[in-house]
Amino acid sequence: MPELTTEVERLSVVIEIGDMPVRVNTSDHSFLGILQDRYSGFLTEVEDNAGRPEIEFDVEIIAPFAVPDANVRVTQHLGHWSLEAGDFHAEWNPARHSGRIRQTANPYSIDAVLRIVHTLVLARQGGFLLHSASAVRNGKAFLFAGVSGAGKTTISRLAPSDATLLTDEISYVRRSELGKHDAGYTAFGTPFTGELAKLGENVSAPIAALYLLAQGPENRIEPIAPAEAARALLANVLFFAEDEELVQSIFHSAFEFVSRVPVSRLTFVPDARVWELIGS
Amino acid sequence: MSRLYMARNPRVAARSLDGEMMIMSGRDSTLFTLNKTATILWQSADGTTPLDEIVKIRICPEFEVEPAEALQDAETLARELASHEILQISEEPIPQPVAGAPR
Repeated sequence: MPELTTEVERLSVVIEIGDMPVRVNTSDHSFLGILQDRYSGFLTEVEDNAGRPEIEFDVEIIAPFAVPDANVRVTQHLGHWSLEAGDFHAEWNPARHSGRIRQTANPYSIDAVLRIVHTLVLARQGGFLLHSASAVRNGKAFLFAGVSGAGKTTISRLAPSDATLLTDEISYVRRSELGKHDAGYTAFGTPFTGELAKLGENVSAPIAALYLLAQGPENRIEPIAPAEAARALLANVLFFAEDEELVQSIFHSAFEFVSRVPVSRLTFVPDARVWELIGS
Repeated sequence: MSRLYMARNPRVAARSLDGEMMIMSGRDSTLFTLNKTATILWQSADGTTPLDEIVKIRICPEFEVEPAEALQDAETLARELASHEILQISEEPIPQPVAGAPR
């Protein structure tokens, strides 16, 4: 009898961002190398018996194809998520802890899938991904939010040597566990990079402040009314899913955040002196 | 003349902060900040109190305006809020779900 099955080698990495391990399986050696390079510093060893990752994806590498200009679409039906864009198609069933991604061998598609999955998990836990740079100084995390051109990359580049960069583009915000960090919020380092193209450090710290960035003729910090803070925060939260319940969760999380974390406007001249105002 | 009744759309999220009422559509994540009159309409939209009574009791004393003119403006605003699916409007009272009852 001829062999009817062929054993396929399963290669695997566990990418842990924000204390959430995600196992990614592939049978493609070169893609494994891409993952190891891309998420260096965020790879972890999780033994199956000592705590399986809550999320596991099998990646099917497909041949390159013409990428249509399609927007990201994230929908849910009966607990089964579908994530689609021009360059990938993914499915994820949280109840089964598993999913599948079809993409070409590139680091950008899986990066988008991971961001989306983290936003979905965080939304249920009172957290979110925020379009902001973040850094830790003297044990406290500081977030710098703003649209493209507001100065996220600039303030990251100007950070002094005693500041640890968490990200120059997308901050990871999670509600702290009760009894930890005074039940406030914690920021985690992420590999999600912006213009600086430098991975954040894989560390975390309680969030001391959120600054809304503006560039101007002098360095100054001004308080912001809570309603304006909530509006600005919501404008910078990354969320892709067409899901009323999760959209409502994100909305309420933003208000919880501004009730616990000081939000101010940071106007700065693009030189290193701005960091004299931050966490020193 | 028919009366207009309003109820809050349960599919939006709402929060008041420092006197500002903010509403987010669960459908498309659009964020609305309500002005003072719209906030009164939102707060009073219980499905059973007709708009003309809301205008008489809450809007006229607040803004010192003529009831007929205030009612016309309030109706326009209520229809606009309904077009954004923030409010539901009807010429009949709108039954509200009983707290704790299955939806």
